[in-house]
Amino acid sequence: MFWTAATALLSHWRCRPIQFATLVFGLSLATALWSGVQAINAEARASYARAASVLDQNALTQLVPRDGNSIPQATFANLRRAGWNISPVIEGDHRFGNVRVRLIGIDPLTTPGKVGGFEPDGSNDLAAFVSQPGVLIVSQATALKLSSHTDMQIKIAPDIPDGAAFTDIGMAERILERRGELSRLVVAPDQRPDLPALDRLAPEIAIKPPGDRPDVAQLTDSFHLNLTAFGFLAFAVGLFIVYATIGLAFEQRRATFRTLRSLGVSLSSLTLLLMTELLVLAFLAGLVGVMIGYFVASLLLPGVAATLQGLYGASVPGTLTIRPEWWATGLVVAIAGTIGSSAQSLWQVRRMPLLTAAQPRAWARARAVGIRLQLLGGLVLLITSAILAVFGHGLSTGFAVLGCLLLGAALMLPGVLSAFLALLQRQSSHALVTWFWADTRQQLPGLSLALMALLLALAANIGVGTMVSSFRLTFIGWLDQRLAAELYLTARDENEASRLRAWLPAHSTSVLPIWSVEGDVLGDRLQIFGAAANDSTYRENWPLLLGTADVWDRVAAGQGALVNEQLWRGKKLSIGNELALPGGWSVPVVGIYSDYGNPRGQVIVGIDALAAHYPNVPKLRYGVRIAPADAPALKERMTSEFGLPAENVIDQASLKRQSRAVFDQTFAVTGALNVFTLGVAGFAMFSSLLTLSGVRLPQLAPVWAMGITRRDLALLEMLRTLALWLATFVVAVPVGLGLAWVLLSIVNVEAFGWRLPMRIFPTDWLVLGLVALAAAIVSVVIPLRRLATIGPSDLLRVFANER
Amino acid sequence: MLLSLRNVSKSYTTAEGRLEILKSIDFDLDAGESVALTGESGSGKSTLLHLAGGLDHPDTGQILSVGRDIAALEDQGRAEYRRTAVGLVFQQFNLIPSLDIGANISFHARLAGRHDPGWERELVQRLGIEPLLARYPDQLSGGQQQRVAIGRTLAARPPLVLADEPTGNLDEVTGDAVLDIMLSLTRSAGAALLMVTHSSRLAQRLDRRVHLHGGKIA
Ligand SMILES: Nc1ncnc2c1ncn2[C@@H]1O[C@H](COP(=O)(O)OP(=O)(O)OP(=O)(O)O)[C@@H](O)[C@H]1O
Ligand SMILES: [Mg+2]
Repeated sequence: MFWTAATALLSHWRCRPIQFATLVFGLSLATALWSGVQAINAEARASYARAASVLDQNALTQLVPRDGNSIPQATFANLRRAGWNISPVIEGDHRFGNVRVRLIGIDPLTTPGKVGGFEPDGSNDLAAFVSQPGVLIVSQATALKLSSHTDMQIKIAPDIPDGAAFTDIGMAERILERRGELSRLVVAPDQRPDLPALDRLAPEIAIKPPGDRPDVAQLTDSFHLNLTAFGFLAFAVGLFIVYATIGLAFEQRRATFRTLRSLGVSLSSLTLLLMTELLVLAFLAGLVGVMIGYFVASLLLPGVAATLQGLYGASVPGTLTIRPEWWATGLVVAIAGTIGSSAQSLWQVRRMPLLTAAQPRAWARARAVGIRLQLLGGLVLLITSAILAVFGHGLSTGFAVLGCLLLGAALMLPGVLSAFLALLQRQSSHALVTWFWADTRQQLPGLSLALMALLLALAANIGVGTMVSSFRLTFIGWLDQRLAAELYLTARDENEASRLRAWLPAHSTSVLPIWSVEGDVLGDRLQIFGAAANDSTYRENWPLLLGTADVWDRVAAGQGALVNEQLWRGKKLSIGNELALPGGWSVPVVGIYSDYGNPRGQVIVGIDALAAHYPNVPKLRYGVRIAPADAPALKERMTSEFGLPAENVIDQASLKRQSRAVFDQTFAVTGALNVFTLGVAGFAMFSSLLTLSGVRLPQLAPVWAMGITRRDLALLEMLRTLALWLATFVVAVPVGLGLAWVLLSIVNVEAFGWRLPMRIFPTDWLVLGLVALAAAIVSVVIPLRRLATIGPSDLLRVFANER
Repeated sequence: MLLSLRNVSKSYTTAEGRLEILKSIDFDLDAGESVALTGESGSGKSTLLHLAGGLDHPDTGQILSVGRDIAALEDQGRAEYRRTAVGLVFQQFNLIPSLDIGANISFHARLAGRHDPGWERELVQRLGIEPLLARYPDQLSGGQQQRVAIGRTLAARPPLVLADEPTGNLDEVTGDAVLDIMLSLTRSAGAALLMVTHSSRLAQRLDRRVHLHGGKIA
């Protein structure tokens, strides 16, 4: 009996292959977008982790030589004996054949934490690790390159950056010919409380505190957070299709349900059958979705890889492997999505009375009442969103604001459109125009889900586009501030630095010292920079978020300090507050500057004041102003005449070029995701229009019989789609801007402590509008061709008794 | 002569092959005349009506109606003919679901450019549908819907009314009432009426009756 009933239910899909395709395709696309974004993010994060995991060098405090060379073995022994829990590292570049790797020698017994997935102190491994011929722990990609060039044993660990190799410190010492010279010392997190001070024990080494992730890393993190939000949106758009299709398929099978039940299939068996059907479908669609998502991600990943390469010098291995957890989450998401979007339909089946006949019109009328309820619900959500935005705190509140805003806007859309169309209908005096608006309004319940999906897709596009563009502009603007000087030099020691100070003024327009000290300010350890505030570079290139009129004069005179946005927001400072600085002096805050991507607070004081209060400040870094055309020549002379290593001279033009390239890549990724999301929405539109075109005939046939040609009717149908599209687009612009605002001003501030200024790009909307228009036209073409070429007999059949 | 069919043939191609439905039909209808078209199911009554209404093309033959050679007209011309010269009443689905009854009544007249509020008010009164004007078609009974359809057709003042079993979906009592109104209204509007019906009882109430059989008018 079960099987017989199942065949009756399933035969529906055989009659409606397009509906079936819509359901599977919609669910697959939703899952694909979700898992694709997840894959991109996961892969990107894994690469950051790889880059950052070079012996956790960013997570732990380290001791580094002050003069930049090396630490004698004796110093290490002294510190150990004094009770410091430290581990030595020897590090340097080495060529195996023609393969150059960064060799990092560690002491497996004392090193804190593990290297990658490999724990050097596992018993068997340890013996091999420390004895001849030695072990190199590398990434997969490095292993492939190295294999024929060394007789050392090669082990692969997952989170080692490409081009790096971990080995025993003894091996590294021999290979790099260091003879007891250590590169740095890693300080374990657990230290005895009463350690003797470092500057007494070993004045020649300095402490390098942890947590200084590369500046751009946080900017990129923020970008990925937003990308995740975007992935979620795309998924929601896909679910709209699934919801609509399931609703329709259930509606059309009402008669079958009733027949089955009157033939003695119990309600619970029917529900069970339908559940099984949906779960099987969801499972299959989920599988397809994960595969499409993988494909999408691997298409986009070269961009991501390039992004990372630009940012961290860490490369992502060219191939992407589907991880088991993607399959799992992809399927879970697909199944959960299906259950969520079919719950209402299933519930309706359970409450369906056995005897009343199917009444599609009554159903449509109920939907019209639903539109009014939706309007109300949407309004409540929008108000909630506004209240949360004003009074809420925390990252999850930020996302709640986002969710309420989008869902509220989507829910309100059909109601707003309906009211608008009613107005137009009342305004028009021509019979055909009146009918056009009235008929459009009647289509709303059937199209509302597709329109909501379109709204979400458009809003997500505008929102994310605005966000990324604002990001880019802000970031590049910020680089312009930070990289105002044409060249940046780092001297290797004080001696070289003083030679530089003597040599440079004759060869450049001006020299800007970039000196900083670490110190406790307002209870946090942060960096205090000195700025040559008299120089026009600062006045011209450092736009301030807030500041008094004579900011730079006061900074130059040592009578004022600038703080970055993070410190300002974090400590709730305001202009004029007295800032107590280490060393027992204080200055008032005179200005706030933006400092994107920096996780920590920062203070800027006049360079003279810095040098006066902290005479020991390292004076190694300088910015050099020079006519941009002369910069390459000067760079050349710095290395050839002055003898500074090439990597200690950085010209800002190439830095900026690199950063721009990074953002162009991220643009490519979001651009592609935008197109996919729009594609999903276009598909929702297409399937709704196709479904509607089936029930349209009785609505159109009387108008045709009264003397409107089929061509004109088709034209009107096209106009109708375009009108709805245009209205949705008009609504999507403010919703998208709201979305961008929430992302930039709430989510970002809660997650990272700085606010990105929002920039608006109307030409982007125009492009988006045209793309969406193309999607709308494509979605209407097939249903329209059907209508324009429909035989009169099909229209006439409407009036005949066979209906 | 308001409507004349000369030598009109129509066939359909189906899975079983070519079906000759109408074979060289000749038929005439005078202005103001009312004619009942009868015949067994499948004899081609609706087909003939559709040809006369410019809804479909004959294979061969000439159809002159309200001063036009309809068979020779293109889509555009036939649409204009339907808009201004004929009124069609079908068994069902005559009304536009998205418009209320008031808008439905005046719809065809507006399209034809003959909107006349006074005449519409009179029709509405005589049809007894005044209380329904603000409702929508799906909130009306079948008989009410057909009365609205008749009102809508006559509001446009077409010289020719074509009706295909307008009471076929209604019970006998309602059907008779609707037919009464239809006949008296077309007469007072001076329109000619060609009505398809299965019932000889109804057919008797018209001026003339023609019977379709074997593709010919008997
Ligand atoms: N589009 C079509 N394609 C093929 N055959 C058709 C088509 N329309 C009608 N027919 C056939 O033409 C014949 C005449 O149809 P028509 O609708 O004119 O009959 P009728 O006299 O109105 O019948 P009824 O009294 O049942 O309404 C029927 O056999 C019908 O099956
Ligand atoms: Mg018929």
